[in-house]
Amino acid sequence: MELRGVQKWYGDLHVLQDIDLSVAQGEVVVVIGPSGSGKSTLCRTINRLEPVDEGTILIDGAPLPQEGKALARHRADVGMVFQSFNLFAHKTILDNVTLGPIKVRKMAKADAEKRAHELLDRVGVGHQAAKYPAQLSGGQQQRVAIARSLAMDPKVMLFDEPTSALDPEMIKEVLDVMVDLAERGMTMIVVTHEMGFARTAANRVVFMADGRIVESADPESFFTNPQSDRARDFLGKILKH
Amino acid sequence: MDVIIEAFPDILQAFWLNIRLALYSGVLALVLGTLLAAFRVSPVPLLRLIGTVWVNTIRNTPLTLVITFMLFGLSYQLGVTFSDTISENVFWLAVVGLGVYTAAFVCEVLRAGINTVDVGQSEAARSLGFTFTQNLRLVILPQAFRAVIAPLGSTFIALIKNTTIAVVIGVTTAEGINESSGLMRTLIEFNGDQTILIFAVFALGFVIITLPIGLLTSWAAKRLGGVR
Repeated sequence: MELRGVQKWYGDLHVLQDIDLSVAQGEVVVVIGPSGSGKSTLCRTINRLEPVDEGTILIDGAPLPQEGKALARHRADVGMVFQSFNLFAHKTILDNVTLGPIKVRKMAKADAEKRAHELLDRVGVGHQAAKYPAQLSGGQQQRVAIARSLAMDPKVMLFDEPTSALDPEMIKEVLDVMVDLAERGMTMIVVTHEMGFARTAANRVVFMADGRIVESADPESFFTNPQSDRARDFLGKILKH
Repeated sequence: MDVIIEAFPDILQAFWLNIRLALYSGVLALVLGTLLAAFRVSPVPLLRLIGTVWVNTIRNTPLTLVITFMLFGLSYQLGVTFSDTISENVFWLAVVGLGVYTAAFVCEVLRAGINTVDVGQSEAARSLGFTFTQNLRLVILPQAFRAVIAPLGSTFIALIKNTTIAVVIGVTTAEGINESSGLMRTLIEFNGDQTILIFAVFALGFVIITLPIGLLTSWAAKRLGGVR
């Protein structure tokens, strides 16, 4: 997966500036940076929830489709987990996980349900299948959201601040699922403030500020020896308590 | 009171005619209104334009004009007929007129409902690879409908009362009985001394029909609207 010379403006605000980023298969890239640095926007451009103004995004060497059916097919291959979970409020947990495979992948209902139960068990909410999203805790909802994405057998998973809306004690249960996923070789792009996750699970840390990628390094060298002043300043603020 | 007792079978038939008008045009309005709402939120500019023009033209035209147009414009001038029997033809023309008119209101109510659905729901659906139509049908509209059950009930109540406008193109049963407001006028013409009683009976008739709809939709809104 590759981004080349990506530019995006919101009016006068240049939110993404000359973004070049390539992610290899099985790689886990963690994007960190101060709020408003464009990291969420970057994440959302990869499945075109945010269109870009310039530049190209390639998946498996093919450019991202602009619209219509081709774009829908592309999105089906790119899993996305949101900060606010966004489970379908009117559907049960099981239906949330089977809806995509049945309607988009045209999978038989029985097969989709079998797979959904496996995935829900794997993320530890198997016994909640008949409930509605509002009846679950935030951490449980987010794990269901991960299972919902996994049910589509995505090539890449995007995580847009997946733990930012969670109570501290629920963060761990979600991160555990994500670490497990990383260890199974899933290609992941994770926008997060969880430095612990970045250290343990990431192959690479990308640091963004003011719409640019300022630094890109393996977690060990980034956290112990950041190259830029901006990154040093940022780490100084978040790591010293 | 004798006048009411004597005319009672006719009154029932007249009200039944209003109910039939409301049922058929209600279904038509629901289908058309949903389609129009889909047009208005569609990514295709032409469809959005069609939806906007329809809603703003029809919603701002008096219903009497729409219904009159159905008979004189659509049927006489443009030659659209639904049946060779006059009473049948006029009935269906009224149904179409009422349906087309009410669809504009259903559309706007639904559009308001669509706006109450969190944008994250749609983003999640898109990120799973749903097309626009799948997103609307499976995720957005089911939630939008739940949010607008009560206002849709009001729209339907308005439709039931609006069916009395069908009198302007002379909608009758096969036996020639007018819809209720037409029948009421005839009864008053022949029983001028009992005007108030006749008014009251017909007003009560409408309350009996519409009140349960209001109660039912409020109840359903509480039951279904709460799933969040």
